[in-house]
Amino acid sequence: MRFPLLRFILKRAGLAILVALTVSLISFSLLFLSGDPATAIAGEHASDQDVEAIRRIYGFDRPMLVQYWDWLVSALRGDFGESYYFKLPVASLIMDRLSITMTLGVCGISFALLTAVPLGVAAAIKPNSLIDRLALFLSVAGQAMPSFWFGLILIVVFSIQLGWLPPSGTATPLHFVMPTIVLGYYAMPAIMRLTRAGMLEVLSSDYIRTARAKGAPEGLVMFKHALRNAIIPVVSLAAVQMGFMLGGSIVVESIFALHGAGYLAWESISRNDLPTVQALILVFSMFYIVFTFLADVLNAWLDPRMRAG
Amino acid sequence: MKRFLIPATVLALSAAAAHADKSEDVLNVAFTKELENVDSYFNSSREGVVLQRAVWDGLIYRDPITNEYKGNLATSWEWIDDLTLELKLREGVTFHNGEPFDADDVVYTVNFVAEEQNGVKTQRNVNWMKSAEKVDQYTVRINLKAPFPAAIEFLSGPVSMYPNEYYAEVGPSGMGLEPVGTGPYKVVSVDPGKHFVLEKYEGYHDSPKGQPEVGTVDIRTIPDVNTQMAELFNGSLDLIWQVPSDLAEKLEQMGKFTVANESTMRIGYLTLDAAGRTGEDNPFTDVRVRRAVAHAIDREALVSALLKGKSQVISTACFPSQFGCDQDVVSYEYDVEKAKALLAEAGYPDGFKTEFYAYRNRDYAEAISSFLNAVGIDTDFKMLQYSALRELRMKSGTPVSFQTWGSYSINDTSAITSQFFKLGSLDDARDEEVAGWLDTADSATDPEVRKENYSKALKKIADQAYWVPMFSYNTNYVFSQDVAYTPTADEVLRFTDMEWK
Repeated sequence: MRFPLLRFILKRAGLAILVALTVSLISFSLLFLSGDPATAIAGEHASDQDVEAIRRIYGFDRPMLVQYWDWLVSALRGDFGESYYFKLPVASLIMDRLSITMTLGVCGISFALLTAVPLGVAAAIKPNSLIDRLALFLSVAGQAMPSFWFGLILIVVFSIQLGWLPPSGTATPLHFVMPTIVLGYYAMPAIMRLTRAGMLEVLSSDYIRTARAKGAPEGLVMFKHALRNAIIPVVSLAAVQMGFMLGGSIVVESIFALHGAGYLAWESISRNDLPTVQALILVFSMFYIVFTFLADVLNAWLDPRMRAG
Repeated sequence: MKRFLIPATVLALSAAAAHADKSEDVLNVAFTKELENVDSYFNSSREGVVLQRAVWDGLIYRDPITNEYKGNLATSWEWIDDLTLELKLREGVTFHNGEPFDADDVVYTVNFVAEEQNGVKTQRNVNWMKSAEKVDQYTVRINLKAPFPAAIEFLSGPVSMYPNEYYAEVGPSGMGLEPVGTGPYKVVSVDPGKHFVLEKYEGYHDSPKGQPEVGTVDIRTIPDVNTQMAELFNGSLDLIWQVPSDLAEKLEQMGKFTVANESTMRIGYLTLDAAGRTGEDNPFTDVRVRRAVAHAIDREALVSALLKGKSQVISTACFPSQFGCDQDVVSYEYDVEKAKALLAEAGYPDGFKTEFYAYRNRDYAEAISSFLNAVGIDTDFKMLQYSALRELRMKSGTPVSFQTWGSYSINDTSAITSQFFKLGSLDDARDEEVAGWLDTADSATDPEVRKENYSKALKKIADQAYWVPMFSYNTNYVFSQDVAYTPTADEVLRFTDMEWK
C-alpha cells in the first residue's frame, strides 16, 4: 500500500517537473519571437547605440538556448535574477504581487463554491422549479457577461451610487469584496451546473432509493450519500478553476488596480521583462500541477474506491 | 435590525478607509502605467518625468510658458569655449536628507551618469557630457565630448542633480526606493510601480519652479481609465490625465470636473521608404508617389474627428515650438485628384498594393489606411508591438509605417529630426545632404547657423516628402473643482503649480 502511493507521487512529481520545464522553454522562445527584448527594454526614446549597449549588457547577442540554460541554472539555485524593468529582485517582486493574487484566488474560489454548490444542490432537489430556473439564469448570465463589464457595473453601483465600497486598491479587506465577487462569479456557472448534473444522477441511483427506503433522514441522504458522490468531479473542476484564477485574473486585477501577479505577468510580457515572465510562468505552472495533485488527494479521501486505485 | 447591520458595517468600515482630500491637504493623483524606477536616470516614461520634476532640480530651468532659461541650482552659466560650460552654483540649498548641495554633488552626478557603464537608460540625455570638475565649492565646469548647443536645454530637462554621498551609498535601486533630491517635494513612501507619496519640502530654495502649495501628493497606479473615472466620481481621486478625448468630452458635459486640454510635443507621421530599403522597385522611391501620399491624407479631418483638442496639423518633421523647427516649408493640401494624377504620372494609374505598419493608435492608423485606399494605394495593414516594429524597421525597413515621436519633451529640433535623418538604422530617406546640414546644425554654437541648417534640412525633407508629418498629439487633464491647475504644453504634471481653490 505504501509503495504504490510513493511511486504514484514520485511519478507525478517527475512529470510535473517536465511539464514545468517544457512550459518555461516554450515561453522563453515565444518571448524572443514576440519582439526584440533589447529594443523593448531600451524604450521608445532610445537610440540605436542604446539598444546595442543593452543587447551587450544583457547578453541578448548570445544564442537563445545558451541564455535559457543560464537562466535555468540560476533558477535551480533559487536565483531568479533581477527584473529588467523594475531593477528589483524577481523573487521579492513576485512574492509581493502573489500575496494579493493568492488572497483574491482563495476568496474567489470560496465565494464560487459557497454559492454554486448550494444552488446546484437546490436546483437538483427540485428540478424545473423556480430555484432551478433562477440557478440556470444566474449561470447563463455569469457565462455570458464579460468580467470587465460586470466589474465596472459593480463599481458604478456600489462605489459611485451607494458609496459602500472603495472602487480600487488593496488597502483594506473591503477593497477585495468586489474583485472576489467578479472573479468568483466567473467560476460559478460551471461548478453549479456540474453539481446539479452530478446530484441529479446520484439521486436517481439505487443506493439513494435504498437509503430512503430504510428510513434514513432526508438531510443525511442528501449530504452523506448524495453530495459526497456528486461533488467528486466538482473538486477537480474547482482545482483547475483555482489555478486559472491565480494565473488569469488579469482583467479583474487591472480593473480594480490590485497589482497582483496576473497583471504583473501581462505587463511583463509587453515589457519583454524576461526574468519576471519566466519566474511567473514557473510559479503558475506549479500552481496548476499542485492543485490538480491536491484535487486527486482530496478525491481519494472523498471516495475510498480511488484510494485503492 | 439585522437587515441594516451589513450596510451599516460596510459604511463604517469604508469611512475608516476613506480618502483624504482638500480638507486634509492631500491631492490624489492616478498614474496609468507602472513606473519602473523612481530614479529618473533609470526610467524612460512620462510618469518618471513627472516625479523627476517634483523630487529633483536641474542646474537650469526652462520656463514652460515663455521658454526662457533661468537659473535653478546654478545661478549663472558661461561658455568658456565650445566644450566647456562653467556654472556658478546656488548657495544654501540642502537635499531632503539634510546633505548640503555644492560642487561635489554636481561633479559626482555628472561623472556617474556620463559613464556608459553605469547604464543610464536614455543615453542621449547624458552622453554629450564627458565629465565635470570642481573649480571651487560653488563653481563647476562641465566638459563636453563635442560641441553640443542643446546642452542648456538638456541641463534644464532630464539632467537632475543627486546628492553625492547618498547616491554613492545606495545607487540607482536605493535611489528608486528612497529618493532624495533638492526638489519642491520629498518622497515619503514608494511602493514600486504602485504607490508614491510626496510631501511638500518645507526647506525648498527660492527656485523658479515656485513654492509648493499642496501639502501631500498621493499617487496610485490605476491601469484602467474607467476605474480612474470611478475614483474621480467617488471623490477618492482629484486629478487624472491622459484621458481619451471621448471620455474627456463626457466628463466635461457633466459639469462636475474641470477638463483641460493641452498640446504635447508628440507628433504623428508616416515614414516612407524613399531609399528603397524594402526593395529597389519600391514605389516610394519615386518622389511623385510620396507626394501623392501626402496629398491623399485629409489631416484636418484626422485632427477634428479623432485627435480633437489642441492638436494641430503639422507639416514639418519636428514640433513647431522646437528650436530650429522652421515652419516655412512645403505643405501638401488634401487633394484626391492631384494624388491620383501624381500616381498615374509615376506609372501607377491603377495604384498599387503595399504593406502598412503601425504600433499605436489603431483608430488613427485605420483612418490613414482608408485615405490611402481611396487614391488606389491598397494597404495591407499590420499592427505590431512597438519593439517588433522597431526591430523590423532597423533590419529591413518598411514601405510605409505610421510612427510617432515625443522628443522626450526636449524643445530642440535635434531631438527629433536629427534622430531620424542622420543615416541611422531608422533613417528611411538616407539623404546625405540632409544628414550633413543636420550635423552642422547639431554642433554649431551660433544659433543663426543652427537655424539656417535646420531650415535647409526641413525644407528638403518636406519637398521630397520623405516623411508625411500629420498632426501633433494632445492630452486631457481632468480634475476636481477643488483643484486649480493650468497644464503646460510639454505633458509634464507640475505639482508646484497646483493649488486648492
